[in-house]
Amino acid sequence: MSGSRNAWTRTHELSAWRETALLLVPLAVLLLGTGSTLSLRAGAPAVQPALRVCADPNNLPFSNRAGQGFENRIAELIGRDLGRRVEYTWWAQRRGFVRNTLGAGACDLVVGTAAGMEMLATTRPYYKSTYVFVSRHDRHLEIRSLDDARLRHLRIGVQLIGDDFANTPPAHALANRGMSKNLVGFTVYGDYRTANPPARIVDAVAKGDVDIAVVWGPLAGYFARREGVPLDVVPVAPRVDLPYLPFVFDIAMGVRRGDSVVRAQLDELIARRRPSIDSLLDAYGVPRVGANAPTEP
Amino acid sequence: MRHQRIERVYVGCLACAVIAAPVGCRSESSRSMGSTTVHVGGAPAAGDVDLPPDDGQWTRPAKDFASTRFSGLTEINTTNVKDLRAVATFSTGVLRGHEAAPIVVGGTMYLVTPFPNVVYALDLTKPGLPVKWSFNPKPELASQGVACCDVVNRGLVYDAGKLFFNTLDDHTIALDAATGHQVWNTKVGDINLGETMTMAPLVVKGKVLIGDSGGEMGVRGWLKALDEHSGKVAWTAYHTGPDKDVLIGPGFKPFYARDRGVDLGVSSWPPDMWKIGGGTTWGWISYDPGLDLVFYGTANPGPWNPEVRPGDNKWTSTIFARKPETGEAVWAYQLSPHDVHDYDGVNEQILVDLPIGGQTRKVLIRPERNGYIYVMDRTNGEVLSAQPYGFINSTMGVDLRTGALEYNPAKAPKVGSVVREICPAAPGMKDWQPSAYSPKTGLLYIPHQNLCMDEEGVSANYIAGTPYVGMNVKIYPGPGGNRGEYEAWNPQTGKQVWAIKEDLPVWSGTMVTAGDVAFYGTMDGWFKAVDARTGAPLWQFKTGSGIIGQPVTYKGPDGHQYVAVLSGIGGWSGAIVAGGLDARDSSAGGGFVNATRDLPQKTNKGGMLYVFGL
Repeated sequence: MSGSRNAWTRTHELSAWRETALLLVPLAVLLLGTGSTLSLRAGAPAVQPALRVCADPNNLPFSNRAGQGFENRIAELIGRDLGRRVEYTWWAQRRGFVRNTLGAGACDLVVGTAAGMEMLATTRPYYKSTYVFVSRHDRHLEIRSLDDARLRHLRIGVQLIGDDFANTPPAHALANRGMSKNLVGFTVYGDYRTANPPARIVDAVAKGDVDIAVVWGPLAGYFARREGVPLDVVPVAPRVDLPYLPFVFDIAMGVRRGDSVVRAQLDELIARRRPSIDSLLDAYGVPRVGANAPTEP
Repeated sequence: MRHQRIERVYVGCLACAVIAAPVGCRSESSRSMGSTTVHVGGAPAAGDVDLPPDDGQWTRPAKDFASTRFSGLTEINTTNVKDLRAVATFSTGVLRGHEAAPIVVGGTMYLVTPFPNVVYALDLTKPGLPVKWSFNPKPELASQGVACCDVVNRGLVYDAGKLFFNTLDDHTIALDAATGHQVWNTKVGDINLGETMTMAPLVVKGKVLIGDSGGEMGVRGWLKALDEHSGKVAWTAYHTGPDKDVLIGPGFKPFYARDRGVDLGVSSWPPDMWKIGGGTTWGWISYDPGLDLVFYGTANPGPWNPEVRPGDNKWTSTIFARKPETGEAVWAYQLSPHDVHDYDGVNEQILVDLPIGGQTRKVLIRPERNGYIYVMDRTNGEVLSAQPYGFINSTMGVDLRTGALEYNPAKAPKVGSVVREICPAAPGMKDWQPSAYSPKTGLLYIPHQNLCMDEEGVSANYIAGTPYVGMNVKIYPGPGGNRGEYEAWNPQTGKQVWAIKEDLPVWSGTMVTAGDVAFYGTMDGWFKAVDARTGAPLWQFKTGSGIIGQPVTYKGPDGHQYVAVLSGIGGWSGAIVAGGLDARDSSAGGGFVNATRDLPQKTNKGGMLYVFGL
């Protein structure tokens, strides 16, 4: 990771970001993709501070070091919009991620996080996705609800967090329905030596190791298209399992708590660039619910 | 009378065999042992106890195989300890939590820092304790992102000319103690699988015993034995899964019916869940040379939400007795079957021989995270008593006939519902911080917490691109308002003898001497000496940072007694300072931040060794 910077540098840089952005937004369209030459234009500061993004180097469809994830693409979109080149601090997105990246001052933006996460300041949500059932199309299961009685006779893949006061909603909901014995657990972390470790649960569906899995939408939507066999991806009902287990989540960007100027700027950008963001999410097969849901998931 | 007298001497000799025998000086100590008559384990506070001579060293964190953390040195005593002054300091250059014990072998002190796990050898024969050598294992930076609760290390150990320690990124390393040159380096785990290492090894009969951390990441716990000379893995005992993986064979004889059966490490879980079931080994190991058994405990089960894993979830939160040469399990006792409160079972076990019910019993004393002090027959795993040493409402007691821990269903957490005042809180009545036992006073000295917790609501979180939900855990002071306590306990009567209430959790280890002085530290940096018989405060010194380390004492090359401790706040309890967590986020640090919000005003980070003398 890049070294952490002192508070003064950080403040200075962020205010520079703001000023530069205001100055250059009108030019951005013209100068698309030429961020490094911006400083040669009249009136621009000599050096553009980079857009410093905190990201996981090995977790498609979200991000990877090769820049192939949709969060990489959104970061590039923001960078172009603001006239700044994108620079990454890579860190596996797990406990300590925020503390060691954003919190340590090594970078300034987390492109995807759950809206309202207490440890950072989150922007307005830019998409809402859902947990989905994933099964082989040739099984013709078409299960849509956690209450479908057929689930009691199936091996159901779920992702588990480990011993950390939390778990994925399907793990809670199916155990609450007395189906612990049907569950096959996959750690969310997986084996980080392999590519995109959380994707193993989708591989297991394709291979027939489990009959069905309940997986977070973006992960399922992306990998379902890449398995050797056709997979069905069906949003989980209900959206909220009473008393309170949500299966849909708003996803936002995150900045350091207190970076309210930056957050406001991102909020504005999210509203303005919504169509571009939506088409990126569509391209990655991100299932969405609510106002910005694609017409065909 | 005569018969009793003989029995008592016999008992004393056994205790001596367990308590003495520092590894670094095997021949010397066995010589001295042979000529000594010892009365250990008699009536407490008898005052007429003859002790084996202490060699003045401190070669492993627990001092001896029995894990007494007791020193026979007497130069520093209740009368003169008030004159103790700092004689040397040494900065470790590391800002994270310092939980390790410095160790002393001959004229050299050795210590290992938190990540990046640098080992220093300090020359005790020269003024200012200059560095003789240092060794930097350069662990992977990413391992910091895997460790759950600060990047601590609980110490290194000396045996037969070599030092042994673990790195956060899962290497066990042997160094030549004289030169600091690496003798071997074995990678025993993988941070990519969520495994880290924080515990201090124990060397027994040519085997380096080590265990893993990482229950938060869904790893599968194990204990491994490495060959002391080659570093090769001699055996691995897993703590979940089939008997062959757990090294349970025909010789396995658990005391209680609940722990008997075939492949319980599989059948007490939903299918395959044992593969990510936790039961790691990040605490302490003891050894009884007479019985030739090692004793240690396993951490709690994962995943955290208990409704996903119906069953006892064996062998998590369990004490094992194993043969060190083969790893074969001889008995096991599951302290907290199907744990629901994060009560890891990794605490220390202190091995002494005590008269109980008119008989002398070879016991294992274990102040457990769930709040009970277990006194167990270490030959067979029978629980002789289990008394609370603080306020407990999460469970209602231990049934000594069945060994069962009686849970209080009203305090069981459930996502979506609110459960208030669960005591003790997730860090338990006592976490990793080891207690001490004085054969002179017959008392156990226990540094611990007094914390309760609420589990309420549902909070969204996000890992590896996946949102998930969990409890908002909020930890706060228990009854009385003090967050910590240092207490003396009589294991024969099962009663507290005295207690010192501390404002902050007492997260340091402790040590007691034949001079009847007990030492411990506080999270705001006070290093304290108290009278081992009365608890009366005798001396204190304010160090530069909060103390969560383990104090030791030794005889220096000048023949005088010294006391040493590492200062440096951190650990789970001190993460708000060492990890710079946000005091506004009450659920940060697993809810601990709520209980230590004031800590940043009371101390600052920074690792420093302090050595005190008269």
